[in-house]
Amino acid sequence: MSDVSTRDWLLSDRPASRRQARLGQAYRTWSQLRRNRLAMVGLGIVVVLILMAIFANVISPYDPIRGGDLRTERLLPPSWAHLMGTDDQARDIFSRIVHGSRLTLMVVALVAIIATPIGLAVGTTAGYFGGWVDVVLMRITDIFLAFPRLILALAFVAALGPGIENAIIAIAITSWPPYARLARAETLQIRDADYIAAIRLQGAGSARIIWGHVVPLCLSSVIVRVTLDMAGIILTAAGLGFLGLGAQPPQPEWGAMIAAGRRFMIDFWWVATMPGIAIFVVSLGFNLLGDGLRDVLDPKGET
Amino acid sequence: MSVSPANTGGRWRALPTYGLKAGKLIATVAVTFLGLLVVTFLIGRVVPVDPVLAVVGDRASKSTYDAAYIALGLDKPLYHQFFIYLKQALSGDLGTSVLTKKPIIEDIARVFPATLELATAGIILGTLFGVPLGVWGAVRQGKLPDQVIRVVGLVGYSAPIFWLGLLGLLVFYAKLQWVAGPGRIDISYEYTVTQTTGLLLIDTAMQGQWDAFRNVLAHLALPAVLLGYFSMAYISRMTRSFMLAELGQEYIIAARVKGVPEWRIIWVHALRNAAVPLVTVIALSYAGLLEGSVLTETVFAWPGLGQYLTNSLQNADMNAVLGGTLVIGIIFVGLNLLSDLLYTVLDPRVRRRT
Repeated sequence: MSDVSTRDWLLSDRPASRRQARLGQAYRTWSQLRRNRLAMVGLGIVVVLILMAIFANVISPYDPIRGGDLRTERLLPPSWAHLMGTDDQARDIFSRIVHGSRLTLMVVALVAIIATPIGLAVGTTAGYFGGWVDVVLMRITDIFLAFPRLILALAFVAALGPGIENAIIAIAITSWPPYARLARAETLQIRDADYIAAIRLQGAGSARIIWGHVVPLCLSSVIVRVTLDMAGIILTAAGLGFLGLGAQPPQPEWGAMIAAGRRFMIDFWWVATMPGIAIFVVSLGFNLLGDGLRDVLDPKGET
Repeated sequence: MSVSPANTGGRWRALPTYGLKAGKLIATVAVTFLGLLVVTFLIGRVVPVDPVLAVVGDRASKSTYDAAYIALGLDKPLYHQFFIYLKQALSGDLGTSVLTKKPIIEDIARVFPATLELATAGIILGTLFGVPLGVWGAVRQGKLPDQVIRVVGLVGYSAPIFWLGLLGLLVFYAKLQWVAGPGRIDISYEYTVTQTTGLLLIDTAMQGQWDAFRNVLAHLALPAVLLGYFSMAYISRMTRSFMLAELGQEYIIAARVKGVPEWRIIWVHALRNAAVPLVTVIALSYAGLLEGSVLTETVFAWPGLGQYLTNSLQNADMNAVLGGTLVIGIIFVGLNLLSDLLYTVLDPRVRRRT
């Protein structure tokens, strides 16, 4: 198939199969997104982050945990040998940042994997059943929303003990409520549709209807919302790391690296500055991408 | 949608609905508050720190330990413990800090003004810059100013606040010496100022200590600008989208046709209507500054609620952590409620629809 005909097949207004319709929709979204230059920059940053995490061992010139010679290689300024300089343990900062991308990606991915199903389950159940189930579940959601995210995560980490796993759990626990609200709103629109009534008349149980027919329809908007939240997740994780509650040393977590470099800030600026740039660039990337995605998928919504 | 009471029979019929709405509101707030307590209580129960040891110390004898165990009510079932906790919290008793040996509520009352002063300065700056920038962006939609404002806002969204704070200290304090360093006030002034309100700017001004006032201002400038920048990013973005929605309305076209000057259309007609949802946004970002304060206060050694929280956290002082969390949660709920009420006051349509 030549290029032109692939495009025609994708943009056909009479798709022959469900797959063709879906791919066509995805292609339309993509070509709209491609026109947004800032979103493309964001996408580029995210792709670079993922590649960096995959090939961390190949890219980083030094070991991220074991330092060099403590007498001669401590706190060296950026140079060709050490692109971002070295820290107080004579470790190459560039290598640590490259390896840190794995931690950052892991946090984002795991939080999304944990929080999305919770939000979907709570939201669709509340929306589908309505009545007191709705009242109770939404009240619980509101209570979690009533706490500022970082503070609640802080309290959870305090209870569970510091560490990257607990930081992930804490961030996940604090980030599901908006997804639940969104899923509920979507479910309310779906639940009275004729095809849901048809399935019910065929004798399907509530669980089957929710998981088989309501959740798939809520999924796309929730996923867009999760993408939009990723920058926030990265910043929260970095904040917890900075406070010493996230990843523990010697793990190369960016927030913790800033905290460690803070003591030498005045004389050796690069130790704390470099990981900060990394956090900033990555979360900017997710923000730009999320912004573009929202413009394409939901032109009206601003929040 | 129900028929508005204005159509069905005047003011008097509407009274019961007002009562119902107020009752509903109070119930909602009460349930949320109860929920906050349940969450902090449960977190407090799963902590690996032994609360008894925290009180008696690890060299206490078995009998002292047991006595404290019973005194803390730990022998009773969980729901009973919760009722004790609830009763204490309602009477303002959040326990005693292991670190300062003082009641938590006293500690919080002492540190809160510092946070309040910082957050208020931040939100004032954020609103003063955020609203006009948002309006400007909306008016010049898609043009250069709009793009620049958008990028400036995105930078605010993306940069870790603690990192910007450190860089700010490095550049403006260590290198340029434009502002004062960490802390609220220089030690030399610390004991000459009597704290009546706890808000040092107001205290020093009332006592006419203008040197101290300038010193406080120099300390406040950097963290306040930083927090202001972050809330500006959010406020300008929301202002822009509210303004765009208003500028597309028909009454704007009508005003233009009538020949109302453009500045009046923007700043009087459109902004006035955009102001209603904007109040909610500003209230929420004010609450958000309390959250941002945890990291900012750590960086600037600002003796406020955020620093109190992190200090207690690092010393496993759970009562203090949970008390602080609870207080911040309550402030959050309060500000939410306040913005709801303001919404009703500012928007006559909402008022009539009740």
